[in-house]
Amino acid sequence: MNNIKKELNMASKETRQDSIGRFISYFCITIIGVLVISIIYFITSRGLTMFFANHVKLSDFLLKTTWNPGTLDSHGKPEVGALPMIVTSFSVTILSAILATPFAIAVALFMTEYADKRGAKLLQSVIELLVGIPSVIYGYIGLSVVVPMIRHIYGGTGFGILAGTIVLFVMILPTITSLTVDSLRAVPQHYRQVSLSLGATKWQTIYKLILRVGTPGILTAIIFGMARAFGEALAVQMVIGNAAIMPKNLVSVASTLTSQLTTGIGNTVLGTFANNALWSLALVLLIMSLLFNTLVRIVGNKGAVKNERKNKQ
Amino acid sequence: MGKNNLGAETIMIPREEIAIETKKIDVYYGSNKAISNASLAFPRFKISALIGASGSGKSTFLRSLNRMNDGIATVKGEIMYRSTNINSVKVNVYQVRKHIGMVFQRPNPFARSIRNNITFALKEHGIHGEDELNKRVEESLRAAALWDEVKDSLDKSALSLSGGQAQRLCIARSIALKPDILLLDEPASALDPVSTSKIETTLRELKKKYTIIIVTHNMQQASRLSDYTAFFHMGKVVEYGQTNNIFTSPRANITEKYISGNFG
Amino acid sequence: MNAKTSNKVATAVIYSFVGIVVLLLFFLIGYILVNGIPYISWHFLTSPSQSFLAGGGIRDQLFNSIYLLILTLIISVPIALGSGIYLAEYAPDNVITKLIKTAIEVLSSLPSVVVGLFGYLLFVIKFGFGFSILTGAIALTFFNLPLLTRNIEESINDVPDLQREAGLSLGISRWRTMVKIVLPSALPGILTGIILSAGRAFGEAAALIYTSGQSAPIVNYSNFNIFSQSSFLNPMRPAETLAVHIWKLNTEGVTPDAHSISNGSSAVLIIVILLFNLGARVIGNAIYRKITSGRRG
Repeated sequence: MNNIKKELNMASKETRQDSIGRFISYFCITIIGVLVISIIYFITSRGLTMFFANHVKLSDFLLKTTWNPGTLDSHGKPEVGALPMIVTSFSVTILSAILATPFAIAVALFMTEYADKRGAKLLQSVIELLVGIPSVIYGYIGLSVVVPMIRHIYGGTGFGILAGTIVLFVMILPTITSLTVDSLRAVPQHYRQVSLSLGATKWQTIYKLILRVGTPGILTAIIFGMARAFGEALAVQMVIGNAAIMPKNLVSVASTLTSQLTTGIGNTVLGTFANNALWSLALVLLIMSLLFNTLVRIVGNKGAVKNERKNKQ
Repeated sequence: MGKNNLGAETIMIPREEIAIETKKIDVYYGSNKAISNASLAFPRFKISALIGASGSGKSTFLRSLNRMNDGIATVKGEIMYRSTNINSVKVNVYQVRKHIGMVFQRPNPFARSIRNNITFALKEHGIHGEDELNKRVEESLRAAALWDEVKDSLDKSALSLSGGQAQRLCIARSIALKPDILLLDEPASALDPVSTSKIETTLRELKKKYTIIIVTHNMQQASRLSDYTAFFHMGKVVEYGQTNNIFTSPRANITEKYISGNFG
Repeated sequence: MNAKTSNKVATAVIYSFVGIVVLLLFFLIGYILVNGIPYISWHFLTSPSQSFLAGGGIRDQLFNSIYLLILTLIISVPIALGSGIYLAEYAPDNVITKLIKTAIEVLSSLPSVVVGLFGYLLFVIKFGFGFSILTGAIALTFFNLPLLTRNIEESINDVPDLQREAGLSLGISRWRTMVKIVLPSALPGILTGIILSAGRAFGEAAALIYTSGQSAPIVNYSNFNIFSQSSFLNPMRPAETLAVHIWKLNTEGVTPDAHSISNGSSAVLIIVILLFNLGARVIGNAIYRKITSGRRG
């Protein structure tokens, strides 16, 4: 009797196991937390060096169009106008999203509204395989198929925003598609039944009902796709031409933030001005990534609020 | 037979030796109160049934007894077991659960062999001798009236058992640890009548060595099986007494309504 | 246009878009395989690469990719397991948990080039590891962690709570219940996730250019002393992977047969990734079948 009483109040092997388990799992999650904080801290502090230590004006960086951090201009100041890269990055991102969205929605609609289980599964595999292809392969095919094709049609080198857009289109297509599928699957089945039973055609049901209910989810999918396009480095770097000049048109050589970074970091020495300038480009990438993330959150929350209100009614 | 002096004259305190007793238990899910002021004493080597409609709090109450509500709900009040308040944060919940076993509504054998289902917890608790393990496997499977059906297939996956067999395996798994008290949360609700009657026979046999507390929504089962019955309604214990008395002459109006099926 | 016509037009458009996407995949994979497979030979797989001469192989790059992948998994799987268990089992419902989940999402959406640059800054430069397999593995771990963690958390959450309760009700600690009961049941999902992440890591290049480096020094495959500079197992040596090799050949390569080598390397890369993909499916299906048939029998 007394033994049991003592036993009940004693720590046991189990308590010890639990402390160890807790310690291990807390330790691991702390690693991730510390990692994210250090990434943000290090990239930010490096990225700001150019502004604080080298006294470059933020407006010059964001608005000037000459990128030449290695040499000085006539006033003895280095030229670090990042606008060409910013414009190019945004161009390829937006254009590829515009191109990919209709395809993504079509595939998603096919999978959720038209195909039977087997068809949907088959396309699921297609999407997964597209996700699985590494970006260097996309870049390589871009380089050996897309660029020569553009060169053939439009003349010039073939490198440029158009080539980048086409490569990115294929790369973000699966991202947008699979997230769109998720959001369309979340539309309750009875919505469809009700609409069809009221005599609406399939397309009317899709257009007037399913796509509208799914809009926040589709928007989130597009933003995710854009985030991927904006941050993609090698595939774009292989087809964009890598000239840090303002793009004249879609088929003239240009350079994105990522391609400038990958090309440049290896050719500069840490701590030099030219290197600091590159880290500022990395900071822009980081900020854009955080911004896309916030945007997803805002759109997602709005959608959630809307659906909640609907459920209550 | 004494009357509860807390005012509710419908709550009885059994004269027999008490195995476990709750004193003014309140249970909260967040800010929702699921159980209020539940005081019950369960006699040793008897079967006590907890009855009541869905959502009356009977399962929540049961799960509080071996601290399975930890991390899910907040339980206030005292639960006295062997003159220790086992609802205290200082008490080692794992020791509590070794003494107070639990069988759930749906059979939940581990995805391991039948033998392993029983030896797993034993090994975790430091019992390693091959002979001792085999002895416990046979003992507990016999006690759960499963031995004859599975003795030749102990190394088959437990997932290949039928629902009734799986539930008896879960009972065997619990009693292999030689607990004091066995809590059962509607153990037969997912089973067919034949399996149900097997489980009931098993429980009648088990009460010789264990204190059993069973939640059931089946009136016949409660009246057939139990020695004591507590009726829960909207988070409160309305009535508690010997099963005979509860079923033949309930004191509270609402108990009578529930038992006779004229509820709500 | 009336409702019926627009319905027909829309259906036709959707079907043709789907057709284009499917053809696109076939074209991509077909292009790589048709152009690359003729170039794959035993010689190609087993001889070292050449910078200025034709006829080089990809022996070292292939080995580096595999070695780097193994190191990455050794580092990232335990951390992801611990974190996934934290999120599924221990995480309280509060602000800190929300912050952690946000942090994981941020990490998963960071461009891999940023992750690579961070690895370069911290490990190559600050800690003085130099361009090395270890640094590369750490960078790939950063890149892998969020997806793996989330996959493990989801796989654990997919295990019915009843299994957890069964363990706890037998007086087994939360940790042992997790490790011995829940994790084995979650294994198919976790394994599938690990294999898919391995495929991703195998093809990743942007995070590696400035961490594991762009050179493949000649190493001695019979030197098993991991501390020796010439050993193939030395984790502190620079190591160009297959994916980085393809990138490098096509951007700054001066190798005369860069195109053929790229074709061959791309085909090898795609074949390995297809195998990973297939492996994930086979394992997932096999275990799923085993579980369901067990229930029926």
